[in-house]
Amino acid sequence: MWTLEIEPDGPASAAAAPGQFNMLTAFGVGEAAISLSGDPAEPGRLVHTIRAVGPVSHALAQLRPGAALGLRGPFGAGWPMAEAAGRDVVIMAGGLGLAPLRPAIYRLLAERARYGQVQVLYGARSPADILFRRELESWRRRLDVEIEVTVDHAAVSDWRGHVGVVTTLLGRAAFDPANTVALVCGPEIMMRFCAAALGDAGVKAEAIHLSMERNMKCAIGLCGHCQFGPVFICRDGPVFRYDQVAGLLRHKEL
Amino acid sequence: MSGAAKDIEEIVREHAFFEGLLEPFGKLISGCAKNVHFQPGEYLFHEGDAADQFYLIRQGCVALEIKAPGRGAITFQTVREDEVVGVEWLIPPYRWSYDARAAEFTRAIAMDGACLRRKCEADHDLGYEVMKRFMPVLIQRLQAAQMQILDVYGEQA
Repeated sequence: MWTLEIEPDGPASAAAAPGQFNMLTAFGVGEAAISLSGDPAEPGRLVHTIRAVGPVSHALAQLRPGAALGLRGPFGAGWPMAEAAGRDVVIMAGGLGLAPLRPAIYRLLAERARYGQVQVLYGARSPADILFRRELESWRRRLDVEIEVTVDHAAVSDWRGHVGVVTTLLGRAAFDPANTVALVCGPEIMMRFCAAALGDAGVKAEAIHLSMERNMKCAIGLCGHCQFGPVFICRDGPVFRYDQVAGLLRHKEL
Repeated sequence: MSGAAKDIEEIVREHAFFEGLLEPFGKLISGCAKNVHFQPGEYLFHEGDAADQFYLIRQGCVALEIKAPGRGAITFQTVREDEVVGVEWLIPPYRWSYDARAAEFTRAIAMDGACLRRKCEADHDLGYEVMKRFMPVLIQRLQAAQMQILDVYGEQA
């Protein structure tokens, strides 16, 4: 896992909203869509967290300080921060899915009085895989936000916290389901289970928002690479209301 | 009924697992119950032992563990207050398939599995009531195991 901090070399791009993404180019290799993971209050510091799995992300992860890369953006529809004002906010993140949610968490904490209860529920594979661990520990010390972390499995000597899937944390979280906005990001299977658990807890599908991921190419809804049924992830998302994509998520072919 | 027995019946009926339990069932079930506590690091039971009890957790945390060769003990689930440890008492051969260790000081109600099985056989309404409460625990555990096996946060996901 790598976090890139990018300074604009030329005119700064427009300030990004939490949940938006940039297209980053590793010269000579290719371009990839990467969510912003930094603080939206610091628009001059473009932060992206990536997992080196493909050729582009691998090349980006190998860049040295001072190296140049290409950047287009920001693109897409982000998290519904305005809609969340005055309501409880439940954030459910899994694995690397915490990265696109981190700007939303920064915003919630910076404007804490605008929101009701704030719950951050995070699931990771193991204690060693927990993303932004120091930041999570620092947020946990605050009295006005609940941060719970669970792992799928842990060596007995490594971990004293929750072990189990992230949905098990939901039953212990204090929020008013009728007045809650839920922001969910992680592997698609995890998001389906989270959306179902939120629904079971009484949160309406219209109030559940998921950040979808597909192979994005042009980022402006022209090329069709990220087409997901009738929508384009890059232009209409990546954040969608659950009621808009619930039917599509059930199709194996999409 | 003694004062102590009445206390334990109240505790059983107030536990989230038995929420809404009818009074006659509460009396029957609490006849198989006793208060227990475990110090941090103390084991409730070990893999291979006879599964003759289950536990309603009132306070604390229990780590369910499996020993993996070369990796030591791996925790695959933690169980906290208002939750229940153990379904193996329901199904032959009534044997634990993992270890359960108190991860912190833990207070619980230990239910005698053989005692409750006898009462469920004698009163199928009670048996159905108990099964209705254990089935969600089994299903949730199965779904959690599916997610863990899929390794959804792994690099291939």
